[in-house]
Parts: sequence; C-alpha cells; structure tokens
Amino acid sequence: MAEAEPTVIADRLDIVYKVIAGQGGKGTAATALRRIVKRQDRPTIREVHAVKGVSFTAYKGDAIGVIGRNGSGKSTMLRAIAGLLPPASGAVYTGGRPSLLGVNAAMMNDLTGDRNVVLGCLAMGMSGDEIRRRYAEIVDFSGIGDFIDLPMSTYSSGMAARLKFAIASAKTHDILLVDEALATGDAEFRVRSERKIKELRDQAGTVFLVSHSLDVVQETCNRALWLDAGVLKLDGPVDEVVAAYIKSTRAG
Amino acid sequence: MPTAAEQTGVTDAAALARRHGLSRSSVRPPFGAYLQELWSRRQFVVSYAAARTYAMYAGARLGSIWQVLTPLLNAAVYYLAFGVLLGTKNGIDNYVAFLLSGIFVFTFTQRCMTEGSRSLALNLSLIRTLHFPRATLPLAYVLNELNQMLVSLGILFVVVGFTDGPAWRWLLVVPAMLLQVMFNVGITLVFARIGTFVSDITQLLPFITRTWLYASGIFFSLPAKLAQVDAPGWVIKVLALNPISAYIDIVRRSLLSEHEANQLPHAWTIAIIWSFVMLAAGFVYFWQAEDRYGRG
Repeated sequence: MAEAEPTVIADRLDIVYKVIAGQGGKGTAATALRRIVKRQDRPTIREVHAVKGVSFTAYKGDAIGVIGRNGSGKSTMLRAIAGLLPPASGAVYTGGRPSLLGVNAAMMNDLTGDRNVVLGCLAMGMSGDEIRRRYAEIVDFSGIGDFIDLPMSTYSSGMAARLKFAIASAKTHDILLVDEALATGDAEFRVRSERKIKELRDQAGTVFLVSHSLDVVQETCNRALWLDAGVLKLDGPVDEVVAAYIKSTRAG
Repeated sequence: MPTAAEQTGVTDAAALARRHGLSRSSVRPPFGAYLQELWSRRQFVVSYAAARTYAMYAGARLGSIWQVLTPLLNAAVYYLAFGVLLGTKNGIDNYVAFLLSGIFVFTFTQRCMTEGSRSLALNLSLIRTLHFPRATLPLAYVLNELNQMLVSLGILFVVVGFTDGPAWRWLLVVPAMLLQVMFNVGITLVFARIGTFVSDITQLLPFITRTWLYASGIFFSLPAKLAQVDAPGWVIKVLALNPISAYIDIVRRSLLSEHEANQLPHAWTIAIIWSFVMLAAGFVYFWQAEDRYGRG
C-alpha cells in the first residue's frame, strides 16, 4: 500500500504562554489566600506550559477526536495546529491552512446576523461574489431564520454558535479544527453539524474535534488523541482511546 | 507506557513533512507577500470599519449625528478655555478657524494612536480564530478615524467659507490629508504592536498625547508665542520638526489667508519626510511580530 498522505504533523510540540496573573507566587490555594488576606495583588507574569512534547501525524481522511479533562491543553493544541499560537519548541507542519472553529469566535454583537455573515466570510478571505453566492446556504444551514436581521446580542448562545459554525464551514477547508462548537447547539443542529463534519472528512480533508461529549467523538471520529495535563497519553483508534479514558476517569 | 511518538512512528517528522510538501503552521510570510495578502483583504478592512462605525453609534439616540457633534463640542470647549478664558488669540484674526484646524488635525492622529493601540487586544478572539493579516485591524481603525476626520473637515470648510471665503488654495488640503493619513497608518501600526505586548501603554498614552497636544501649537501660534518670550531662533526650528505641527501647519496654509505670518519653516518638506518614514517603519515594525499576535 502506498504511504498515506499526512496533512498535519506535530513534532515534539511544546507550547508555553505567558499570562498576567492577578497574584504572584505559585498559585496554590494557600498562597492565594495569603495574598488576599495581605491585600497584595501585584500582577506578575506567569508562564503556563500548556502542551508538553506532543507528537503525532494526521492523514487525509482522518477525523480525530481530542479528549481529556478541562485544562489539559486541548484547545491550546488546536490553536497551535492552526498556527495561531506559535510553539515554544518543536513544530507543527501542515498542508494548507487549517481553520479553527470555536464557540468563542468573536463576531460583532452589535451587528445583525447577516452583517456578521459577510464580515466573517471576508475575514476568511472570500470574495464579494463568493459571499453573495454562498449567503443563502450559510443562513439556511445555521437555521436561525428570521433572526438573521437582528443584532447578534439578541441571540442565545446556541444560536450564535450555530451561525458561527455555519459561517466557518461555508469555506472548504483542507483541515478543519472544531473546538466544542457542537456542544451548545440543540439536538437537531448537532445532527446536522455532525453530518457536515463527515462530509468534510469525505472530501479527503482532515478534521480535529475537541469535545467533552464522548459519544459525539465516537460517532464522528475514527481516531482519538487523549491529552492529560499537556502530555499526549494515548493515540489510537477512537474506541480504544475512549475506553481507556473512561477507565481512567472511573479509577480516578 | 508507550509514548505517542513511538505509536505513530514519527521519527523524522521534519523529513516526512518535507516529502509531502507540508509547511510550518506559524511562520511569518515574507514582507512582499504580506503586503499582497493585505491588499487582497481590502474589502474586509472597509466592511470592518463600516461595521465599527455602525456599532459605535448604534446605541446612541442621535446616532451618527454624533460624528458632527463630537468635534463641534470639542472645539467649543477648547475655544472657551483658550480663546476666551486664557486669551491666547494674540493677533490671530480668524481664531475659530485656526483653533478648529489645529484640533481636528491633532485629534485625527491622537485617536488613531489610542484606538489603534487597542485594536488587536479588543479583537483577540477573532485573531485566535481566523487567519488574516493582522494589520487589517489597525488599518480599519485608521479608516474609521479618517471617516470622522472628513466630517470634521466638512465643518472646517463651512467655517472658513463663511469667514475667509473659498479659495483655490483649499485644494492643497487633499495632499495634506494624504500625507497625514500615511503618517497615521504608520503610527497606528506601531502603537498596535506596542499595545498588544505592553498593555500598560493604553494607560500611559493619554499622558503622552496630552503633552504632545500642548507642544504642537494648536491653541496659539508657535512663532508668535516664541517671539513673545524672546526665544532663540533654533527653538522654532526644533519645534517645527514635530510631525503634528507640520500637518497642522500645512492644513492652515491651505485654508487660512492670514496664516503666512504664523507659518512654521519647511512644513511641507517635514510633513512629506515624516509621512514616508512613518508609513514604511510602521509596516515593517508591525509585520515583524505578525506571527506573535494573539499569543498569551
């Protein structure tokens, strides 16, 4: 068999980012309490080592679920794959430009949904013509109907997430990174977006999906990465990894 | 426990990547390519600026009338303080036009700096979500301020039209504006980068701009003031190097008939040099950190 074509290669990827912490010190509960009592709140810069030495190779047609506890570096890793967070050491190699799709994708809340559609598409580099052609499709897919004329500040979080997903998936992506985008939608939209992810996968693209909903991961993905405290704990077929992950959460 | 690297067999990742033509995901594009990419997103810049203007006035009852009211109220306050209370008019006949031109030109650059310094920080989630040349954001902010400046200029033309009457000289406002826009793009890009990495700059900027305001000869004629205090000749030459003074001066030369008595030496030359230097420096400086915006 010919060598499968890789689309994303992570090579001993390390990500460290700086945050300005409210309090200095180690950040344990005891020091935090002491600082509050002493009313010291001098901001200090802390380094967070979010991803530690992660290596993997993703191939065309892969849909990879990324699982792990909160704060284990899943979203950070996706950002690095997308090239939005530069690695501290190691490298990510990608074919084409990955697109990250997350629920916290900012749109302009004072503006109406339709203006946001145009703005989002322009930011992704679509032309005016292309947007005019795809506009109806995007609005249809989002399923928010008449609300498209209202400011996004009036949307529920689920509606906003749907619109964002619709905008981001309007473009054909070689590599799509989905960060919890499906968590806020209702059951019907979840089915639709799962279908869309499968569609993208069938177009020989690569999809990464961060989700806490293990059944969504099992349904849409063929492979999974399990991150634990920034370290890649397991990489393999989705059922195996999910089973091992469940076992560890029960044991812990 | 076996590590993932052993499982997937990534032994020589870089070689594998090269064989399949993959490239590093976070690399800064070459400068030329960056400018090209920026040009291809010009529609985004325009739409984003329009959206921002709309959003800015969406909550206000008077809406975009504030675009006219804000500069007028600003000018009224300064007129009250400097023209009436402190009496800095000293011999300038058309003091209202003199004051308005100074304030409008200064405010244009000042707003570009202060707003621009937050242009990336306020759009962090957009930056962390989508790929686009980051310079589009500060550029959109400059476009917003230019829009405001054109409204202000309209007011200024009305005022001068009533007091001095229209003149062909007015056409020189066009190149003057062009030069200031170039300068503003440059300085906005510089402060956009600084503001992203040194967030304290937003606290500091009001003091910087206020100092600049008083040094730029907005409320009084610099040559007249210096003659009053018998300052040596080199002082005016040094003060004339201030880019804001130069931009104010070339606008005043274009609009005010009596300005010859008060004009600064070599204002056009200084304005032109500042424009080109600042524009080039701004783009290069901003581009050098392109791959680091949105981090942390």
